[in-house]
Amino acid sequence: MAENVLLRHEDVPDIHKLDVYLAHDGYVAARKALTTLKPEEVTALVKESNLRGRGGAGFPAGVKWGFLPKDSDKPVYLCCNADESEPGTFKDRAIIEKNTHILLEGILITCYAINAHMAYIYIRGEFAYGAKCLERALAEAYDQGLFGKDIFGTGFDLEVYVHRGAGAYICGEETGLIQSIEGKRAYPRIKPPFPAVYGLFGCPTIVNNVETLACVSSIIKNGPDWFRSIGPESGPGPKIYGVSGHVEQPGMFELPMGMPLREVIYDYAGGIKDGKQLKAVMPAGSSFPVLTPDEIDVHMDFDSMRAIGAFLGTAGIIVMDEDTCMVRALEIIDRFYHHESCGQCSPCREGTGWLHKLLVRLEEGNGKAEDIDLIDRICTNMMGNTVCVLADAAAMPTQSYLTKFRAEFVAHVTAGGCPLKKAAAQPEAA
Amino acid sequence: MPTLEIDGQEVTVEDGLNVIQAAEQVGIEVPHYCYHPGLSISGNCRMCLVEIENIPKLQIGCNTRVADGMVVKTTSERAKHAQAAVLEFLLINHPIDCPICDQAGECKLQDYYMLYGAYKSEMQLEAKVQKGKVVDLGPEVVLDEERCILCARCTRFCDEITQTGELGIFERGDHSRISLFPGKQLDNPYSGNVVDVCPVGALTSKDFRFKARVWYLEKTPSTCTRCATGCNIDIYHRQGEIFRFRPRQNPDVNEYWMCDEGRHWYKSFQQDSRIPTPLVRDGSSFAVASWDGAGTAAAQAVRRTQDEYGAEAVAAIVGAKATNEEAFLLSRLLREQIGSTQTAGLAWSPADAFHDDFLIHADKNPNTHGLKSLGLLNGGGEAEAILSAAEQGQVKALFVLGADLVTAFGQERIERALGETRVILLDTDYNGTTEYADIVLPIAAAPETDGTCTNQAGRVQRLSQAFPPPGEAKAGWEALALLSTHLDGPDSVSITDVFGELTQSVPAFTGLTYGKIGLQGVPLAGAGSSADS
Repeated sequence: MAENVLLRHEDVPDIHKLDVYLAHDGYVAARKALTTLKPEEVTALVKESNLRGRGGAGFPAGVKWGFLPKDSDKPVYLCCNADESEPGTFKDRAIIEKNTHILLEGILITCYAINAHMAYIYIRGEFAYGAKCLERALAEAYDQGLFGKDIFGTGFDLEVYVHRGAGAYICGEETGLIQSIEGKRAYPRIKPPFPAVYGLFGCPTIVNNVETLACVSSIIKNGPDWFRSIGPESGPGPKIYGVSGHVEQPGMFELPMGMPLREVIYDYAGGIKDGKQLKAVMPAGSSFPVLTPDEIDVHMDFDSMRAIGAFLGTAGIIVMDEDTCMVRALEIIDRFYHHESCGQCSPCREGTGWLHKLLVRLEEGNGKAEDIDLIDRICTNMMGNTVCVLADAAAMPTQSYLTKFRAEFVAHVTAGGCPLKKAAAQPEAA
Repeated sequence: MPTLEIDGQEVTVEDGLNVIQAAEQVGIEVPHYCYHPGLSISGNCRMCLVEIENIPKLQIGCNTRVADGMVVKTTSERAKHAQAAVLEFLLINHPIDCPICDQAGECKLQDYYMLYGAYKSEMQLEAKVQKGKVVDLGPEVVLDEERCILCARCTRFCDEITQTGELGIFERGDHSRISLFPGKQLDNPYSGNVVDVCPVGALTSKDFRFKARVWYLEKTPSTCTRCATGCNIDIYHRQGEIFRFRPRQNPDVNEYWMCDEGRHWYKSFQQDSRIPTPLVRDGSSFAVASWDGAGTAAAQAVRRTQDEYGAEAVAAIVGAKATNEEAFLLSRLLREQIGSTQTAGLAWSPADAFHDDFLIHADKNPNTHGLKSLGLLNGGGEAEAILSAAEQGQVKALFVLGADLVTAFGQERIERALGETRVILLDTDYNGTTEYADIVLPIAAAPETDGTCTNQAGRVQRLSQAFPPPGEAKAGWEALALLSTHLDGPDSVSITDVFGELTQSVPAFTGLTYGKIGLQGVPLAGAGSSADS
């Protein structure tokens, strides 16, 4: 790709400032949409582009917008999901802080398309700086009449609120997010009804991820054909890959959808740190199955990943080298889900804690052989049986670790603790 | 009316029901904790997972609306496996302290464990999450956080029914716990209901806990007599002692709820002030009498008064806590055996009695409407007129049935009115009026008698005898039947007969039978208007 869309700050310094953004075709797409297109034409373009949700689920954005009831007399809301808290994921934060106006422009166009006059940006509480960036950018844009009343003289009004999150992973689940904006505990809601029908304050609501909304202006500006030409037809567009862990150059890389995972790790992130061997990759944040080194020749798009039993998720790629203890790694992952389970549904509330305790026991050398099967059974019982997918997000990686690295778990039982830790301790003892 | 199949049985149910409700109609219980028909759907416990044909994932029965052609399997291998798994999750951090838990015997964890339990403990005691024990939530309720399964019925009750919002869920994951919002107490007038809706031993009643194992208690369906609302209740009792009242479902009266005042009302029936035997005045004190002796004395007193001053000098005041049958029998006795028209109702309540627009009525009498239907109460003031007549020497003998006149009218007034009047008192307890009585006939309190009361909305509802009255006391209708025979009137052999006679003579009751009233009551013809008969 010639120039970054989402990480444009790498090409254009200070693009987060409105004057710089305007000088680089900023809000051209919004003006085009509002002054020359009907809302349904905007939706049609986005549908045609096949923009799929970047929050992890990959649902086509235009189709989602189309679920709004046509005959409702209630107001429509847009919620921008900026509660980025998936482990290993830091893409939305970059857009919010460094390329703020592309998000705001996407919100403006989307609100016009879905006929919303109020939008909430629900930003993770810990992103204090990001919230400031948004407030600053919004103030600039309001000053220029890009938000507020009668935008571009079209009579279209839009108010945008930055709502700082309440400090929980579950606030990023779309109905948990809605509950949280309403001032309630972020307990995900049972679906149906879906937010498009019964969302924020009981009104039709669209919840879209930051990266999804940040793609919208480029679709309007360059057309859906351009968008579809980037990456695979089944899920095209620019994509931020975030690489962390044992690589030489961790960071974010804006590349087309569908990049081979191996290429992202070795060509862009510089390969495994200190010349070590790759042991495992979590390609999609922490909520999806882990991949082994012989599985990384996969293309990073929704459908190719599904085909090998994996997921694209947030494309937050966590790389682990040969020295990594997989039991310890999983213990850390399940500690996270134990900590973050909202506690609403019995299988998740009790299951996440149970999993974590068993893993601590294994790692500390007190595990029993039957614990491994017990962990597997708990996962099976958690999956698919709860209001939201947090239980699945804990169970899926756990089961994949057990399946793909079973020997390490068994070794923890037979060695009475972590063999890697013991090996590392040996020379000192000698 | 969708027709669906549940576990092989075809059933046609009302539209809008969920799978749990539909299954219930064909006698299938889908296990559940968080679902409660009186509260919003929460869908959190996941116990009611069932298999529905053509839907890949298991669905929660509580949030699945029935549809035509739906095929539901509540006991398929997959469904049972999921239910067992949920139960296992619920129990891993549960203290399993059934032997010292007050909920034992009426605990859904225990019940479902018998059906779906894994019978194998996977979690060592020391590894369980530890939480607060004996947490004081308010005047009625104690919380054991470790037993709580976080079904959120109690929080939903406080949010949706009382709308007082005292309770919330705090913390996250397996550290979640029910607690009070800062500065709040669970002290709304309906707080006891959270104990009823709690499916486990987390919320227990301060009043009831540790008093009895529930399997030793008998349960009798009846009606609360604390006020004119007439909430349907179950009386839990053993060997003539009441341990608690609990609300019994009646969609037309109290739904699933009752107030705390009503809940504590059982205590009013078992105080030391109960009158154990018939009494006949002997100078300044009472002498214990037999029923026959007291009945004879009463008849003599009435006949003497009648002879000396005429029939209208014999009067009666009936308190609105008397049943329809008691009030009917006494007024008939005066009319037909004595020839007096002087029977008046009295529905007295404290002027400042607490009431609200939900279940707590300002009229603290259970049967005011009934007395109106019987023609004993019209505008009010009827009882006062009789007292005035007594003051002027026109009433010389007075029956008082279930009414404490001293509390209602004050000592001075009663002294003036009844000082020279022969008083035949039928009541449950000694009270200020007893000292003006010449003959005292002890009668059964509400939990000890059969009969009917008509609530403020004009609904006739049954009281059921949970156990016999204490000592020599008789049911009010039996005592009045005995008086009737002493005055050459008819005897009554059963409550159904008395009610039958009542329906013959009181137009509002036409067509009713005691059996027809059933456990849910029936509205009187023209219910709502207070001027029947």
